[in-house]
Amino acid sequence: MSFLNFLISGISLGSIYAIIALGYTMVYGIAKMLNFAHGDVIMVGAYVCFLAVSKSGLPPVVGILAAVVVCTVLGMVIEKLAYKPLRQATSLAVLITAIGVSYFLQNAALLLWTPNPKIFPALFARTVDGKKVTGFQLFDGQLRISYVTVITIIACIIIMVVLTLFTSRTRTGKAMRACSEDKGAAQLMGINVDTTISITFAIGSGLAAIAGVLLCSAYPTLVPTTGSMPGIKAFTAAVFGGIGSIPGAFIGGLLLGVIEILAKAYISTQMSDAIVFLVLIIVLLVKPAGLLGKKISEKV
Amino acid sequence: MRLNKTSKKNYLTYAIVIVAYVIMQIVAGGGHLSSSLKGMLVPICAYVVMAVSLNLTVGILGELSLGHAGFMSVGAFMGTTAAIALQNAIPSAPLRLTVALIVGAVFAAIVGFLVGIPVLRLNGDYLAIVTLAFGEIIKSVFNNLYLGIDANGIHMSLLEDKTNLLEGGKLIIAGPMGIGGIKKIANFTAGFVLIMICLVVIFHLVNSRQGRAIMAVRDNRIAAESVGINVTHYKMMAFVTSAAMAGAAGALFALNYSTIVANKFDFNTSILVLVFVVFGGLGNMLGSVIAAAALTILPEALRSFASYRMLIYAIVLILVMLATNNPTLKGFFASLRGRFDKNSEKEASAS
Repeated sequence: MSFLNFLISGISLGSIYAIIALGYTMVYGIAKMLNFAHGDVIMVGAYVCFLAVSKSGLPPVVGILAAVVVCTVLGMVIEKLAYKPLRQATSLAVLITAIGVSYFLQNAALLLWTPNPKIFPALFARTVDGKKVTGFQLFDGQLRISYVTVITIIACIIIMVVLTLFTSRTRTGKAMRACSEDKGAAQLMGINVDTTISITFAIGSGLAAIAGVLLCSAYPTLVPTTGSMPGIKAFTAAVFGGIGSIPGAFIGGLLLGVIEILAKAYISTQMSDAIVFLVLIIVLLVKPAGLLGKKISEKV
Repeated sequence: MRLNKTSKKNYLTYAIVIVAYVIMQIVAGGGHLSSSLKGMLVPICAYVVMAVSLNLTVGILGELSLGHAGFMSVGAFMGTTAAIALQNAIPSAPLRLTVALIVGAVFAAIVGFLVGIPVLRLNGDYLAIVTLAFGEIIKSVFNNLYLGIDANGIHMSLLEDKTNLLEGGKLIIAGPMGIGGIKKIANFTAGFVLIMICLVVIFHLVNSRQGRAIMAVRDNRIAAESVGINVTHYKMMAFVTSAAMAGAAGALFALNYSTIVANKFDFNTSILVLVFVVFGGLGNMLGSVIAAAALTILPEALRSFASYRMLIYAIVLILVMLATNNPTLKGFFASLRGRFDKNSEKEASAS
């Protein structure tokens, strides 16, 4: 039964990674850049939700919506100010700028909200007999599942389905795929590349806000560097599944989460990160373009 | 003797490093150096070496490495361990420092070779992410490594302290506590010598047959392969050289502090060094030296802004990247340079 417990919490953590990884993979697919600031957008989302719910006493739904709106706008502003002028620059120049944005967000958060850890409120709880209940039990209490876990997994599946439908059915989604294939050709077909990239950043950042709220609901300590390690792991997950591929990000995120929790439970807590990265290296050696990545053979 | 453009630039780099060293020595000798800046001289040297060595991988070999701090970590831990273990065997501090730097470089080179076997089979961003992964793995390993020495030799264990040292034995690496009680034997002169050695090695490598092969691999891998260049061999050569230098830099860095922990050499350190490299210009060693020195001092210089200094650092970073990649400014500088070159050509023909 404990295995099942670990598996469920692994899937839950993996779902959070998957949501973050979707943001990475979409931005990478279109703008061909590693958006290092993505992890810090997660942190901003979590802080906004925390301020709305704990400080202003707004209902959780409003808090989440506020986080999504703030992060979406933030993502678009970052793209406009920092990345758009560098469209023609080398990818390394854009990478360094992204690192600069990441430092900026972290230090701005440090000044605005101080380094003291904040305890994130339990958003998903119901009151039974005057007591707060954050989960339910199955099999005579042998299996405990919190509401956060269930909501995280459901949210991840909904986001996956909606995004897949969005990219395959809608005009904007098709424009996004066209841009990721060939920007020049897309522009010739009358697609506004700048707007499409901007929309991609908006979607990615909105997802980051949701991921931030879910992450801090599951692990409720909030500091200005909260986003960086999950950001790196989610990026790893995106590569794991094949960067640029939406189902790849989903599978990569889930696998990474499950491996991390199982490694923590059965092998060693301190070495779990090393094990996760070791699995990544082995996978990339067997499949150099990730699990679902397309192998592009170079033409000479 | 007529010097071509490359060797002119190389001699200029040597000259600037030597002049900077002499000036710092004079200023420090006169007692005009603030103690905080004085304490930063050795870290600056270590970061300069890190930057030029990473520039070899990123600028000359053309592969993005996000785990350079891992090699620094290997050098720091192994070099310091050697320095502590040989404390009685080699009483002379400069000699012990030299041995520690060499041990750090050798171990980092070995790790670089082992990491290189899987890493160099990949390309582009996948290669970058695997170097990131190795950096994190090296950090985790040193965070959980226990290494002690006693009459029976060296004992090692992972995760728990199972070294079972005899009486009189000494636990050198204590897992998450790292290494404590280090004798600070690193000094500015040693750092300067290390920078000079690394620059000489890199310039000679770049100007050699091997260096040209490495750059051919960078410019077009398939074309290089088709003219008979062994791509993996040359990639490995650059990668291992770069790792060895990072190892020496790590040993130098660690021997300037009394304690050292694995978390010091994390992803952020790798990124910091990458920032130096890109800031200074890919493949431009002089740029790396200046960028590493300037950006290490900058947060210190911004001290008067207190809590805002890292925010300003971030803004400076973004603005410089935007300015250097702005087409209008770029065109302006190019035309300026064109005029300058024309003038110097005129002078050359006149004389």
